[in-house]
Amino acid sequence: MMMEFIRRYEGLWLFSRSPAAIVAAIAAILIAVGAAFAPWIAPINPYDLSSFSLFDGLLPPVWQDGGNPAFLLGTDDQGRDMISSILYGARLSLIIGLAAMVIATVMGVGLGLAAGYYGGRFDAIVMRIADIQLALPAILTALLIDGIARGILPPEIQQNLRVTVLTLAIALSLWVNFARTARASTFVQMNKEYVQAAIIMGQRPVRVMFVHILPNILGPLLVIMTVDLASAILLEATLSFLGIGLPADSPSLGTLIRIGMQFLLSGEWWILWIPTLFLVALVVSINILGDFLRDVFNPRLR
Amino acid sequence: MLTIKDLAVRFPTRFGDVVAIEDVDMTIAPGEIHGLVGESGAGKSTVGAAVIGLLPAPGFVAQGELTLGDTDLRALDARQAHEIRGDRISMIFQDPQTSLNPLMTVEDQLVETIQAHSDVSYADAHKRAVDLLEEIGIKDAAARVKAYPHQFSGGMRQRVVIALALCTDPELIIADEPTTALDVAVQSQVLDLIRHLADSRKIGFMLITHDIGVIAQVADRVTVMRRGRVVETGQTRQVLGNPQHPYTIGLMDAVPPLDHKIDRFRLPEEESGSPKGADGRDAERWLLEGQAHELTGLEVANLTMKFRGPRTSIWRKPDQFTALDDISLAVRPGRVLGLVGESGSGKSTLAKVLTGLLQPTGGQMQLGGKELPGGRARGRLHPSRQLIQMVFQDPYSSLNSRHRVGYILAEPLWLYGLEKDPDRRRQLVASMIALVGLSPETIDKYPHQFSGGQRQRIAVARALLARPRFLICDEPTSALDVSVQAQVLNLLKDLQAAFGLTILFITHNLSVARQMSDDIAVLRNGKIEEKGPTEDVFNNPAADYTKTLLKLTPVMPGDWR
Repeated sequence: MMMEFIRRYEGLWLFSRSPAAIVAAIAAILIAVGAAFAPWIAPINPYDLSSFSLFDGLLPPVWQDGGNPAFLLGTDDQGRDMISSILYGARLSLIIGLAAMVIATVMGVGLGLAAGYYGGRFDAIVMRIADIQLALPAILTALLIDGIARGILPPEIQQNLRVTVLTLAIALSLWVNFARTARASTFVQMNKEYVQAAIIMGQRPVRVMFVHILPNILGPLLVIMTVDLASAILLEATLSFLGIGLPADSPSLGTLIRIGMQFLLSGEWWILWIPTLFLVALVVSINILGDFLRDVFNPRLR
Repeated sequence: MLTIKDLAVRFPTRFGDVVAIEDVDMTIAPGEIHGLVGESGAGKSTVGAAVIGLLPAPGFVAQGELTLGDTDLRALDARQAHEIRGDRISMIFQDPQTSLNPLMTVEDQLVETIQAHSDVSYADAHKRAVDLLEEIGIKDAAARVKAYPHQFSGGMRQRVVIALALCTDPELIIADEPTTALDVAVQSQVLDLIRHLADSRKIGFMLITHDIGVIAQVADRVTVMRRGRVVETGQTRQVLGNPQHPYTIGLMDAVPPLDHKIDRFRLPEEESGSPKGADGRDAERWLLEGQAHELTGLEVANLTMKFRGPRTSIWRKPDQFTALDDISLAVRPGRVLGLVGESGSGKSTLAKVLTGLLQPTGGQMQLGGKELPGGRARGRLHPSRQLIQMVFQDPYSSLNSRHRVGYILAEPLWLYGLEKDPDRRRQLVASMIALVGLSPETIDKYPHQFSGGQRQRIAVARALLARPRFLICDEPTSALDVSVQAQVLNLLKDLQAAFGLTILFITHNLSVARQMSDDIAVLRNGKIEEKGPTEDVFNNPAADYTKTLLKLTPVMPGDWR
């Protein structure tokens, strides 16, 4: 029964025969579920100062001497439970990554489709903007947006602005990928006769782009969405690690790694290594899934 | 020399093994050209691939014998098979554009192959390469050998491919659709060359093709395949002229003759989808009700289309390339004009100008006596958007694969505001599906669930649902098999007769043009060489070009029947 169902869909069939993809999917789902339900799963709330105590600081994981069964993966210098910090951190990382990816997709695909459809001057302008964007490192973009936001927004709102600024900055440095892919795929589709048929019939350009072309270029875009989700999470971690991202009182994975860096040489290895390994596991599993999708959508690579 | 006995090839898939070919028997003697015909999916290429040991993974030879001379081809290990390939069996592919390495000179490719198979010095290999090119009919070979593939024309390039296949002096050459990508004149030269090589060098050829004319012209013997099995085999003249198997008889009936016009193609009853069914009446009435007004002709005067050529310098303006040069022609109301020409003659450019995809550089167009603006000047809502409809060449790309057939067909109905009521639209679509000879469940399926011929019917239905007065058919059958082509041509003829459509029928195939059109225009390099009533043009061609085309088109001699 089950096998029958799987055989019907080529993607599922390939999936069931790819151990790497299965392991990656399980890892990614576990992490995502853990992050999504962090408030219910995590032993403590790392954002709530009253839920942890300095006396529990720097406890090693349970399997080491001096470990406390209440803190499976140990605690940091503040006495925060590592598991809780990581789950909450992953939650923030994933939210920012997903939001940035969605914004970048909408922006990039919209501009790329239009550039591919209209071609000519509009295409040239959009693509030059994309080139300029590529020349700006994400950090610079983040600093720029951060600076502008601080300059023009009233101080009351600025408190909660960090996440938004970070998301926007990451989205801005990722949209180019989508725009380029969407444009290139649109060019290919423009020569297909079904698009010409739609144009000859006199259909609206918006309709031709979104009803006719878009469904036919979703494959490669889906691949980029997965791969760029991983990039977005990494970018967020990088920015937070460098101190431009989220502050220490609401740590994302990157912030946790930055905090851990202080203990790199002092023997408390778990504060650095556990969040780092977690981040690596998350990013690698998403990338493997992206690779798998690429294979599914591009039969020639099989 | 080559003996195939009881050959079967299987492809394991996720649905279990698929039998690609089964019970195939065939022999090829030295110097024999053995034609292998059949429609797409018949397993012709699989036979060739099995012989040369290049079955695409995961296919494998399940049973049977394959012997070349006294070598058992199935018993070879990978290394031995590799040595035989190229040395004793060579291959000529369909597309000379992609079967040569664009970054190596012709000399390098020939010398490389010669040295790979025999232990000769560079100088000797070079000399052999030049001799080969001369033998194959490339003039000034010593100089031309230094050129890159792109510096040769299509026909010359296919000659180089043949030279490459020859340079190890093979016993057997497998030619998989060697002339399909070539124009008529070049095709005839390449076929002459193959015949010459078979006679002079005693090479056996396995000539895989779907073109009966090609087989009739050069093959000694022919094997007809269908669904992975051999249907009929024997002397070419006997099989083609006096076919025994019902499938071969049907196949020969579907081949459009060049020397006379027939009313309809004779087709086995169950496969022909003619607009007879009661389900189609609704759509028929609906179409006729829209046809109350007069027949609409199209006139084109002094139409010119120039493209910007490649830029040679930053300072100079790029040269212009003239795709259409002062074209004047008229499609008479309610008649079919056949527009014939080889690739690059400007046929499709004309279709694009007429549909408003391209802005002509100069000239006037008139539809039904009214001025027809070109390109951008023709707005999205211009009435001609509805009156002119088009059926495209490639049914695999002309339907959006992400939409259901019902959705695709309803589009013209609401886009042009022909029917406001969604239920009525669906009714009409269903009826139209019956009218073009498809089954009722078509409406909820996706295009990829249909064969090429069925898709082309869907494309015709889409065009009709706009209630057009003028239909442009751009090579509507060139991507289809002969028997399917016959069905689609019959359908177009019936619809044209029933609804008085005016049709511009673009094709490179003279036989098809003769069957379909009332008038003919012959296009070459963007200029009209000749135009006139079809029978006049075919019986008494005036232009030299038309005469050559008619002479070189491979057909079965009339007295074979």
